[in-house]
Amino acid sequence: MNVDAIKNGIVIDHIQAGKGMEIYRFLNLEAYGCPVALMMNVTSRQMGNKDIIKIDGEIGVDLNMLGYIDPGVTIDVIENETCVRKYRPELPEQIRDVVRCKNPRCISTVEQELPQIFRLVDKRNKLYRCIYCDGRLD
Amino acid sequence: MNSLIRITDLTVEEIDELIDTANDIIENPAKYAEVCHGKKLATLFFEPSTRTRLSFEAAMYELGGCVLSVSEGASSSAAKGESIADTARTVSCYADIIAMRHPKEGAPYVASLNASVPVINAGDGGHNHPTQTLTDLLTIRREKGELGNMTIGVCGDLKFGRTVHSLIEAMSRYPGVRFILISPEELKLPSYVKKDIIQRKRIEYKQTTDLEGVMPALDVLYMTRVQRERFLSEEEYLRLKDSYILTPEKMRWAKPDMIVMHPLPRVNEISVAVDDDPRACYFRQALNGKYIRMALILKMLKEAGRL
Repeated sequence: MNVDAIKNGIVIDHIQAGKGMEIYRFLNLEAYGCPVALMMNVTSRQMGNKDIIKIDGEIGVDLNMLGYIDPGVTIDVIENETCVRKYRPELPEQIRDVVRCKNPRCISTVEQELPQIFRLVDKRNKLYRCIYCDGRLD
Repeated sequence: MNSLIRITDLTVEEIDELIDTANDIIENPAKYAEVCHGKKLATLFFEPSTRTRLSFEAAMYELGGCVLSVSEGASSSAAKGESIADTARTVSCYADIIAMRHPKEGAPYVASLNASVPVINAGDGGHNHPTQTLTDLLTIRREKGELGNMTIGVCGDLKFGRTVHSLIEAMSRYPGVRFILISPEELKLPSYVKKDIIQRKRIEYKQTTDLEGVMPALDVLYMTRVQRERFLSEEEYLRLKDSYILTPEKMRWAKPDMIVMHPLPRVNEISVAVDDDPRACYFRQALNGKYIRMALILKMLKEAGRL
């Protein structure tokens, strides 16, 4: 299967097979109007199978959040059809409005308009806690 | 410090300063009798409380200030669906400082993000209760002369008891503290408290189910109530509620200068016969709660530029 090379944009590579759609939805890629290719179950020497997303355009979102969703992903920044930077997103210090706190005693479960914020408290163990109730994000 | 949500919002130095002020208030009450004249404390209590609310209110009155009080959620605009954020913004228009208790964890934190006056967490569900911990620290300092170099036994419900978790967190910042954790198997200290605080800071500790056996080693015995409201099954509560009852017989095993503390209210866990023992200091502890809250109100009003 061939997908055209992109001119200016990003390639999200090494996505765990099956997670591509989750990332597509998280980044809300249908909203940007630029060409997007989501490839699933692509053969990979490293991973066996993987998903890839190619975005031909600027989407202006914090891609470090992907470090939480799938810590293995790599991001290639493409300019004039050339990869100018390749990096693995760091775990974000804060996760905002991605997941909801599951602690039924947390104030954020009754006051729905509160932003859902989890703070990274233990990088090594990838542990986030709710800023309101300290509940663990599992 | 604009607000006090958890005990670790305060540095060890700030806690020392609060304890020093509280001691000065105890020794020189007249000096503080009018310092908050014209200032108002709003006590917003969205769930029932006797001693915490009264001690906050008594503290403000003894500083010469006034109190605006909401003593139950049903009588406030929260019952009409007002958000914590809006309540905090509105109350900030009338009061100089807010003490809030709420059944939902994190509610006082939300209030602190939206209020333009300092907010004190007066207990948010089973989560944090920093002024109880300050009360405990003042009591230990007054009774034992220092906050380090001692063996503290915490006994009873170590699983759900928020006062125990906060006390362990606060005391673990002082040198030479050892913990003996005494509870039935079902009410052991949660592993995250053990791991995140005791083990991470490499503090010496021991877990046991035998209170009598460890009594001679203790400098402080902190008793807690097994709380009915934390159990899903009444049967389980009834089975565990009387796991430990401190009696004069057990007190015979204790050091002559050991102290017995309890956040109160007690049910059966300390026999009334122990009350006359000079080592029983839980009512002195309750009194200390007023003095440390006076010190805290003063500090926060000063820092907010309202005094």
